[in-house]
This record gives sequence, structure tokens and C-alpha cells, in this order.
Amino acid sequence: MNADDRFKKVPMREQEPKVRAKNFDEVPCGYSEEEAIKEAKRCLQCKNPPCVTGCPVHVKIPEFIKLISEGEFAAAARKLKETNALPAVCGRVCPQETQCEIKCVLSKKGAPIAIGNLERFAADWERENAEIIIPKVKPKNGKKIGVVGSGPAGLTLAGELAKEGFEVTVFEALHESGGVLVYGIPEFRLPKEIVKKEINYLEKLGVKIVKDFVVGQTATVDELMQEEGFDAIFVGSGAGLPAFMKIPGENAIGVYSANEYLTRSNLMKAYLPDSTTPIMRGKNVVTVGGGNVAMDSARTALRLGAEHSIIVYRRSEAEMPARDAEIHHAKEEGIEFHLLCNPTEVLVDDKGFAKGVRCIKMQLGEPDESGRRRPVPIEGSEFVIDCDVVINAIGNKPNPLIPNTTPDIETTKWGTIVANEKDGRTSKKNVYAGGDIVTGAATVILAMGAGKIAAKSIIEDLL
Amino acid sequence: MSKILKKEQLSENVLRFRLEAPRIAKKRKAGQFIILRVSEDGERIPLTIANGNAEEGWIEIIVQIVGYTTAELAKLNEGDLVTDLVGPLGKPTHIEKFGKCLCIGGGVGIAPLYPIVCALKEAGNNVTTIIGSRSADLLILEEDMKAASSRLFVATDDGSKGHHGFVSDVFNKLIADGEKFDFAVVIGPPIMMKVTTELTVKAGIKTMASLNPIMIDGTGMCGGCRISVHGDTKFACVDGPEFDASGIDWNELITRLGSYTAFERHAREKHQCKLTEKIKKEEK
Repeated sequence: MNADDRFKKVPMREQEPKVRAKNFDEVPCGYSEEEAIKEAKRCLQCKNPPCVTGCPVHVKIPEFIKLISEGEFAAAARKLKETNALPAVCGRVCPQETQCEIKCVLSKKGAPIAIGNLERFAADWERENAEIIIPKVKPKNGKKIGVVGSGPAGLTLAGELAKEGFEVTVFEALHESGGVLVYGIPEFRLPKEIVKKEINYLEKLGVKIVKDFVVGQTATVDELMQEEGFDAIFVGSGAGLPAFMKIPGENAIGVYSANEYLTRSNLMKAYLPDSTTPIMRGKNVVTVGGGNVAMDSARTALRLGAEHSIIVYRRSEAEMPARDAEIHHAKEEGIEFHLLCNPTEVLVDDKGFAKGVRCIKMQLGEPDESGRRRPVPIEGSEFVIDCDVVINAIGNKPNPLIPNTTPDIETTKWGTIVANEKDGRTSKKNVYAGGDIVTGAATVILAMGAGKIAAKSIIEDLL
Repeated sequence: MSKILKKEQLSENVLRFRLEAPRIAKKRKAGQFIILRVSEDGERIPLTIANGNAEEGWIEIIVQIVGYTTAELAKLNEGDLVTDLVGPLGKPTHIEKFGKCLCIGGGVGIAPLYPIVCALKEAGNNVTTIIGSRSADLLILEEDMKAASSRLFVATDDGSKGHHGFVSDVFNKLIADGEKFDFAVVIGPPIMMKVTTELTVKAGIKTMASLNPIMIDGTGMCGGCRISVHGDTKFACVDGPEFDASGIDWNELITRLGSYTAFERHAREKHQCKLTEKIKKEEK
């Protein structure tokens, strides 16, 4: 193989920025079989692969890539599923550039293997072309596990335990399962059809999903264990409680939390042209925040018809928590970035509607506890951005329903549940937790990793 | 899915549904609510639980037909299924022996007040209830309230039943007569709650009001139902729905309830257009 082929990544085709900014179809188009094989052949097949150490669920990366390079696409997908129940999701939303790909030996001299692209390819290929084979499930062991929340942490744990012969019931508060994968992440980044299929796969493994059931309200953790015979409970209820900026005008009409805005668009389908779900389709939309959720919101606003979709972030681009690819996509699509400024007030018209955001310019001072340089306001630098919709994407606090209704579970002062990150055990016997309810808002794959770890502990503790 | 066990018309635009919901019936307490969806891809609407029976496994909701979704719900009959039903949501009313309690309900707000009256009475309180509506034919649950309360007053805007005027007039008269109350709960249209709770708070009565802002998930996730109480942002779904009335920013609540008025009008017109088109086609 010549150096060019070895060190250059096969790019993935994408929808043209101008075109995709007006539709909700997925941005990247996926690899063709030839492209996938070409990219897979670049893999050095390391004996001690460093990429695997970067993956929270330890996907067998060189092995599945080798199968792709041999044209064994379905086998590659099955190899992925040995350790990852949601490969089509992970191939799309995992931050590979900071996890597995960053560790790739090739990156010392050139581009790392596009592990995410290949994972996505294999999972998509199997879904579209092959019979989905359900692996052998161990005989029922008579133990009942309840899972709170059908997001990435809960689904991963459910899949792992179902394979081990546990009777697993997942309780979902909403009318659709998938958690943040369906209410939060937009269609253009993660088509809902794919989430549905991956959940179908888990159901075929024997996982039972009960929707419209709010653990803590419909039944508490204690009631599930004492009255309904659950031997263990895993809490993966997520970080679903939006933080607000605490500035004047924040409760005006047209000011949304990113959760509400994205839920209206994604889960409640306001993005479809003939939907009856109300959503304010602003002409000028300001999104506050610098994470993936902020990018998702600003890009959704553009697709819902905004003429100007503006990101306001108090630090500089270097500190943005969003993935580079998301920032890059957003810029290509025409999202405007107002960096180093922070809202101080939402301006409101006489009917109660938002009409602008007053911002103050910031400069970066000394590093704070997060290691990032702390933004400091520049006095007298205030200015106004005219807008009709404001989306607040500054983060989430943990959902209070489980901690509030489970008195003997230990929580931190931020409201997250205390669980050992090595085993997922909480202070309450046979209750485990993982994902954003433990870490605060983080990533899909970290939540999946936590689900996997807790599953291992449950097997140890109960069998 | 939940089966409709019984459907009754209480007044021109108000219906009572009995829904099969054994888990909710077992768990629900006064002051809590449910969220339902009438169809796939339909809106999620919050409704306060008006009654329930744990042994028989049902709850009742009382619905005023105000928009598209409630109109769709009204089309369903006994034996039909409601696509989604989730609950009980929100914190229950704080019930204890306060002494003399006052419960004031307006319009369809009388429905969620009923279980609270029952619970306060059961806890050993003396409960004075005042209910009101625009006219006698719109008044609901009068007999139930009479049976549940220590005494009942009725007011109608047009004077067709009881006092000619507002529930607040009846309250003012009781206070003028020297009556004292230890605790009050007020539920009704926002403007009625605003006016009435201003009076009860001024009279020095600890007053709770049950709020019904726009809501999506009902579990704290979206923040759409947020409301300023004593200057802090609270979520009606997980912190409420009942709040200390002396701290509620009523104008904010009323403004936010109007968020989608234009959208809903448009949706209704569009829906009716489609309907007439369909009828025309069928006629052809």
C-alpha cells in the first residue's frame, strides 16, 4: 500500500450544506462497500490495539475492521454487537475523535482510521441487507431486573442482561423509547428509524419495554423491589432537567430550553410539514451555549426556516464542548457564531414575546476548576442581538424524581446519584445507576459504558 | 393504552371520562395529574385527576373542550382506547389538619378541587367550599361538592344560580361577616385565581393555587411549564402543580399560556379546511 493510501482517510460524502440546511435528512451519506473496504484496509491490525482502550464499551475494533476489509460486512456487524448493542447509533454520535480514533497508531503520521464511519457502515449494511441474527440467549435464570429510563445507559444494560438470561423490564416515562436518542438528537444527526430498529433488536433479545411509566411516580424503586418482585434496579434516568440562565426576560414567550425546543421538533414531530405540534419558527434565532445540544438546536432552527441562526457562547471556539465535526457542519450550513459574549437580558415586547437578547462581551481570564479559561465580562461592552426565539442550551441538571422518591439513595449536592464508576453500585443494596444521572450531562457512549459496567456488577451480585 | 369505561356530558363543553388505570388509581393522591395522548403523533395534554377508585382500578378526568386535542378526545366513546396515559404526576396537595379550610373553585377547576376537598375533610378539617361558573348550566359537581364539604356556596356570573356574581364576592362577604380561615386552596381559570388569591392572601390566609401551564413531558425534562414563584423559576410538573399563591407571578403565567394562541387558531382552521375538503369530495 502506498503512503497516500495508508495515511489518507476515505472521506464520507455529505449532503451539500445549502441543500441540507433546508431539510432534516441525515448530513453524511455513509460509505459505499468499496469505500468501506478501502478505509478498512488502512488498519494496521495492531497486536495490542490502543484504539480499544479508548472505547468505553471496548468494541473489538481491529476485528470488526478486518471483517469489513474482507467484505464480510454482516459478520463485522455481529462482531460489533458482541460488545455494543447500538452500533448504528454509536457510529453516528460517539466522539470517536477523542476516544478511539485519537489513539490510532496511524494518527502519528496521518489520518487515523475512521472507526466511527466503519462502525456505522457495518451496522447499516446489516440492517439493510442481512437477516438480523439474534444471538443465543442463556436460559432464564429467574432474576428480574427493572431499568429506569430507555436511554443509552438503560438500553445497553438491558441488552447485556437479557443475553445472560435475566428477565429485564425497561420503564420509560415518555410515549416512545430511546430517551435522549429520540427526544434530543435531531433526525439529521440520528434518524429515528435507526433507533427504533436497534431497540427492536433488544426486544428480540427478550427485553420488555413499558412506556408511559414514570418510576418514582407510577411506582417507586422500593415498590418495584418489595411489591413487584424486582431483584435489582438500574437507574439511568438521565440529566433531564434544564438549567436556566437566571436573567430578566427568560420566561418570555419564545424562550425555550433546548430540551423543549428539540423535544417539540424531534419527539413531537414539529419538524414534519403537516405536524400539529406548535413550535415558534423564528426568523432570527439565538441559541445560547457551546455544546452539541447547542449545535443541534441552532441547526434545527435553520431547518425550521430561520433566516439567521446565531450561537452565543461566552468562551472562545477552543473551549467549545461540542464535537469539532458538529461545529464544522454548523459553520458550513451558515450558523453565525457570536463568541466571547454572554446574555444579560432577554428583551420582551409589550405582548410578552422575546424580541432580542442583550449581551455583554467577555474576555478569557485565569483557568477555572474545569481547566478552561474563565470568561470575564468587559464592562460597558453591552450590545443587542434582535431575535424572536431564544434557545437556552447551557446544560441540564439531574432529574430529581428518583432521588426524591428513594430516600435511602445517596446523592451529591448537585443532585446526581452517587454510584461507583467502576461497578455502578449505589449506596442502596441491589440498586445501580449510570449515565447522566450519575455523571451530569455527558455523552451517549459514556452512558453506554456505565450501563455495561453495572450489568457486570449485577451478574456478579445476583448470580 | 387505556380503555374508556364511562363517558358523561357534565355541561355543554365539559365531559367526564372514567379511564381504566389500575396503577394510577392505586397511587394517585389529591392534587396530582396525568398526561394523555389521544392518538399516535398527537399532543400530550395534562389533566388533573378528578376522582379515582383503587379497588376498581379506574380514575376520572373532567375535560373542557377548548382546542384540537380535547375535541378529538370528546369524539371517543365508552370502550375506545386512549393511546397513552401516564401518571400520577406532580406533587400531591399537602394535607394536614389545618382547622378551618376554604376551597374555591371556578369553572372546570371545580373538578381537580373535588379530591382536595375530600382529602381535607377526611383529615378532620372543617371545609367551606365556594364554587362558581358563568351560569347554572355550566356548573359542575354541585351535588358531589355539597356531600363532601362542611358547607357549600355557589355563585354564577349571570345569577342563574346562587349568588349573582363571582366567587370572590362570596369570599368577601364571609370575611366581612368575621369568618376566619386557616388554609385555602383556589383552582380555576388563571384570572379568577389571580383575583381570588389576592383577596385570600390579603386576608392573611395561607393559600395554594393549582397551575395548569403548557407542558410536554411532565417529568421536569422540558421546562416549558416553568413559572416564577417568589422570584424563583419553578417547574409546575415536578415542583407543583400547587404553589404558594402569594408568590405566583400571575401575569407571567397568563402571558405564557397564550404562547401558541395564533398557532392553534391556524391549526384549527387548517384542520377544518381539510375536513370540508374531505366532505366535499365525499359528496361528489
